[in-house]
Amino acid sequence: MSTFLLILLTGVGLGALYFLVASGLSLIYGLMGVLNFAHGAFLTIGAFTGLWISTKVFPNPTTWTFIAAMIAGGIAAGLFALLMEQLVINRLYNRHIDQALVTVGVGLVVTALLAGWFGSDARLFPTPLWFMKAVTIGEAIIPIDRFVYIGVATILLIAMLSILRFTRIGLIIRAGVENRSMVSALGINVRLAFSTVFFIGGFAAGVGGVLISVFSYGVSPQMGGSWLIYGFIVVVVGGMGSITGSAIAAMLIGVTNQFANYYLTGLGDFVVVIILAAVLLTKPSGLLGKVNH
Amino acid sequence: MSSLEVKDLHVTINGSHILQGVNFFVPENKVTALLGRNGVGKSTTLKAIMGLNPGTGSIKFGGTEIVAMPTHKIVQMGMGYVPEDREIFASLTVKENLSLAARDAEPNYDLVYSLFPELLTRTSQRAGTLSGGQQQMVAIARALLNQNKILVVDEPTKGLAPKLVTEVANALAHVADHSTMLIVEQNLALVKAIAQNIIVMDQGKVVFEGGPENLQDETFVKSMLGVSGGHK
Ligand SMILES: Nc1ncnc2c1ncn2[C@@H]1O[C@H](COP(=O)(O)OP(=O)(O)OP(=O)(O)O)[C@@H](O)[C@H]1O
Ligand SMILES: [Mg+2]
Repeated sequence: MSTFLLILLTGVGLGALYFLVASGLSLIYGLMGVLNFAHGAFLTIGAFTGLWISTKVFPNPTTWTFIAAMIAGGIAAGLFALLMEQLVINRLYNRHIDQALVTVGVGLVVTALLAGWFGSDARLFPTPLWFMKAVTIGEAIIPIDRFVYIGVATILLIAMLSILRFTRIGLIIRAGVENRSMVSALGINVRLAFSTVFFIGGFAAGVGGVLISVFSYGVSPQMGGSWLIYGFIVVVVGGMGSITGSAIAAMLIGVTNQFANYYLTGLGDFVVVIILAAVLLTKPSGLLGKVNH
Repeated sequence: MSSLEVKDLHVTINGSHILQGVNFFVPENKVTALLGRNGVGKSTTLKAIMGLNPGTGSIKFGGTEIVAMPTHKIVQMGMGYVPEDREIFASLTVKENLSLAARDAEPNYDLVYSLFPELLTRTSQRAGTLSGGQQQMVAIARALLNQNKILVVDEPTKGLAPKLVTEVANALAHVADHSTMLIVEQNLALVKAIAQNIIVMDQGKVVFEGGPENLQDETFVKSMLGVSGGHK
């Protein structure tokens, strides 16, 4: 029972990290039809910015410096995403293949630049001491960092859903995911929505980058790559354009991955691919897919 | 200034040359009906005017060239559009659909709800769950919320039950009284009731411009539109 709970909460924590990567990918694709291969780079930029805050700006890690690192990582990645959207994506309006290729390029360049600058070795991310502790639930001993991932992802999920539901730009984004050209035909400049979605997606990925650095014991220029793949899988399973779909799929995949790794010794990734195939075969638009481009 | 002047408009989609030099004029404060058989390019023409299909040639709206302008700017100049297949946002509520469309500082909700009282009782219903007729009301309401200089309307009564056709027709007749409108409509009774001009297209070109009295002429209707005049 205690093992079960440990694996469950580890899976949910992992799912929380997947969600931070996938939510932006899903919104960007849902609204603009852009497969953003640079999303892994957003994550890495967030991680390096967070590392800089946690080592150079505030060398003694506390809860507050860690929160500052997450926010700074989110903002840096969000601004980078915004810049990429303005300078590159915008100029290739509606040329989806070119846009995807360019994001691949941006991802490679960011990785190479960071590797040239910092080297490829992983650096440990300093955290407040209480991150190393564990809480006891019944007989289970659960490392406390799991709860941090879950808590931060929940806050961002609520924030994103609130923006989508209660603001005008959120209304425009929801409508744009359904039918972009009709939004313009109502006299609305959809590009403002594009920029918003890139910033929000970049922000979530940047915060995710900081947390992932803690989870995987290190910051490295290459860290974005494998998480990007998982991000895409979550988006496909959850449905393009749906934040709630991403959240559900991220949990599903995080939890099954952990259980399969434990009970089927190391077959976690394999089981994730099975889920992906099953969803693609039975419900190609994903669990809560909204897009019909 | 709300007239619309289309000159030598060409549209090519996926390699097929769909509009082949369309010319016509929509005068101010009058209703002009764009007619023609299925597939002759009526909707393509309206989309080109809205900037939704990339066209070449000239489209002047109140004297301003709009042919290469982005759609949202054209609309902001005062053009309201009711698309052929309604294109309401299915996952948004009726209220959200309307507030998305509202551009004016004081959108005219009174007009919309007095023309379509049914919508008032369904403000928080998702538009995707509305009946076809109710969806059409939302589509028309979106265009009527703002003070537009011209309304561009594509087959507003398509697929509606006769009772709803009357309701939509009455709403359009009400607005038609005091605005410029370019409307594509198969229902000739409605065209006769509201239009002051008719334009007929065939195979990507305009083949006739004149008054609606021509629609009384059975042979004209048969040869131009391929339907009989009494047809509703
Ligand atoms: N996106 C597209 N791709 C390919 N062909 C298209 C496209 N849009 C329109 N067409 C073609 O252009 C022609 C004109 O279409 P359009 O929709 O303008 O006709 P229409 O006059 O509005 O017809 P209807 O009365 O049936 O609505 C048709 O032959 C149609 O098949
Ligand atoms: Mg048509």
